[in-house]
Amino acid sequence: MSASADSANRFQSSWYAMQECLRSALSSIRAHGLRSSLTMLGIVIGVASVICVIALVQGLSQSISNQLQGLGGSTLTLRSHTPLEDQLRGKRNRLKLKDLEELRFRIDGISNITPLVFAGQGMGSQIRYGANTASGQMFGTTSNYQDVQKIFPKTGRFLTESDDASRRRVVVVGEQMRKDLKLPEDPAGEFVQIGNEWFKVVGVLEPRGEMFGMSQDNYLLMPFRTALAVNGVVLEPDLWITFSVNDLEALESTKLRVAMLMRQLHQIGPKQPDDFVVEASDMIAKTFKQISTTITLVVAGIVGISLLVGGVGIMNIMLVSVTERTREIGIAKALGARRQYVLMQFLIEAMVLAIIGGLIGIAIGFGLGYGIAQSIPDFPPPSVPWWAVTGACAFSGLIGVIFGILPASKAANLAPIDALRYE
Amino acid sequence: MIRLESIGKVYTLGDNEFAALTDVDLHIARNEFVALTGASGSGKSTMMNILGCLDSPTTGSYSLDGEAVAGLSEDQLAGVRNRKIGFIFQNFYLMPRFTALDNVAQPLIYRGLSPSVRRERAREALARVGLADRTHHKPNELSGGQRQRVAIARALVGHPELLLADEPTGNLDSRTAREIMALLTHLHSEGVTLIIVTHDPGIASHCHRVVRLHDGRIAEDFQQQPAPIEPPAATVAAHSPAERPA
Repeated sequence: MSASADSANRFQSSWYAMQECLRSALSSIRAHGLRSSLTMLGIVIGVASVICVIALVQGLSQSISNQLQGLGGSTLTLRSHTPLEDQLRGKRNRLKLKDLEELRFRIDGISNITPLVFAGQGMGSQIRYGANTASGQMFGTTSNYQDVQKIFPKTGRFLTESDDASRRRVVVVGEQMRKDLKLPEDPAGEFVQIGNEWFKVVGVLEPRGEMFGMSQDNYLLMPFRTALAVNGVVLEPDLWITFSVNDLEALESTKLRVAMLMRQLHQIGPKQPDDFVVEASDMIAKTFKQISTTITLVVAGIVGISLLVGGVGIMNIMLVSVTERTREIGIAKALGARRQYVLMQFLIEAMVLAIIGGLIGIAIGFGLGYGIAQSIPDFPPPSVPWWAVTGACAFSGLIGVIFGILPASKAANLAPIDALRYE
Repeated sequence: MIRLESIGKVYTLGDNEFAALTDVDLHIARNEFVALTGASGSGKSTMMNILGCLDSPTTGSYSLDGEAVAGLSEDQLAGVRNRKIGFIFQNFYLMPRFTALDNVAQPLIYRGLSPSVRRERAREALARVGLADRTHHKPNELSGGQRQRVAIARALVGHPELLLADEPTGNLDSRTAREIMALLTHLHSEGVTLIIVTHDPGIASHCHRVVRLHDGRIAEDFQQQPAPIEPPAATVAAHSPAERPA
């Protein structure tokens, strides 16, 4: 009956020991139900608020990027860019009509060239229908706009090539603008007044929905040339130009060619920066996603500080628990538990407490997020990414380990006779 | 098997030094049945802690089963306790949350045995003390005598070289105490080496050898004819399965 018969291999023994620690942790957590749940409370609240915030921010940003992703992958946007320093000096870079023409004639392999210009500089932004007035954004564009932006008329028709060619005074209006002006459901044939000019309404655009509670449908579109004509010579317009690249493979090279053409046209010296931006339209979505992820992390991090408070709570209760279980620790040591084993037992207990708290917190955070999203009208449904869930779990476990070290080492360092004698 | 040579233990309390044991020599052979007695303050608790590897002597050497244990680290001592010593305490010291079976299996956890092996051996040990039918009871569902039997089973489960009992009957009524003494005597007859630390001459009278400490020194050390245990033991003898192979 010697002990050597009992020597299992090292890995297996530590696995059994771990199993036993887990079991004893669970049994001790269950034995002190109320105390355990109070201990977890800090972690629960911390994790719940983190998850709730992440859910809301992510839900919001997901709905925004979904809207942004309506734009095709092969579409490039060219627009002017003025660095902030120059803006402060009152300088303003522009894309001009000449740029549009040159782009049209000198770059091959592109189609759907769609200019977009802010109209209304010459007219003011007041739109009138009968006694009703509304204000909103006015753009001039061509018939390609609907293909590039994936926005189609709900009733009536869109702008046509011939509208543009003959500079017809026609407009298509956004849904919100139609409501503001109290136009009929199908307003085709009605006339609205912008500044001193009369325009015939030919169609209503599909609603784009809301972003941050602001309607995106408070706008109208008119033919590009009409917009240039009514703007008059007040100001040289600043254009946005979107175009599709026919061969997706050539996207990067086309981007480069466009940039070179623009540098040449704008007479930009070799070391000067671009005064324009060529970007793939999904870049907006990408950039937005980056920003929203940063915001999520920052906000979650700030809220996550509350998790530290939860950790301190765990440490306090664990210290009490060690004192209370001094006798138990003494018995374990007398029966042959090594320091390492006692350390592991208490660390695992702290970790299990924290992780259970984390899981409960995730569930509550989920629920809270949905509740809040439901109670705010038109708020997009929340979304909790998997990294937030695993991250919250891992982080609570880590908190448990960090704040469990002190109580656990206190337990492990108890001398067996003192611990046995403890009353 | 136990060889204590010029053991001394000095406690320091502030500036005062207090010698709990001075120059103790003691040899105990395998399968001896020894009572370690003495008045309180005679050093018998210190002696028991040192014998049980719960504490290290200040001076002297201690060899247990051929292994020098005086200079070992705390973790090494934990290993020695686990493999070679079975403790029986006056207050049983069972884990209140564990069942009898889990309590008995506890020392085997620290040996790294698998749960199924642990349960198997714990069952055997419980049967050996006559509690085969109480495996799933928790300590508070057991009587005092049954608790002490669980504790004895826990001490036996690892097949230690030495059973060290500290006032094993101190918290029991006289009838249960006799049952426990009968059980211990029976275990001795199966070949276990036993040291009982007690101040009770009645308990000591059942042992084969008595070592009496006084002021930290051995005052008496003699062999004796153990007094027979009174009749109620007969019921226990029926309980303890003598026919079982050890």
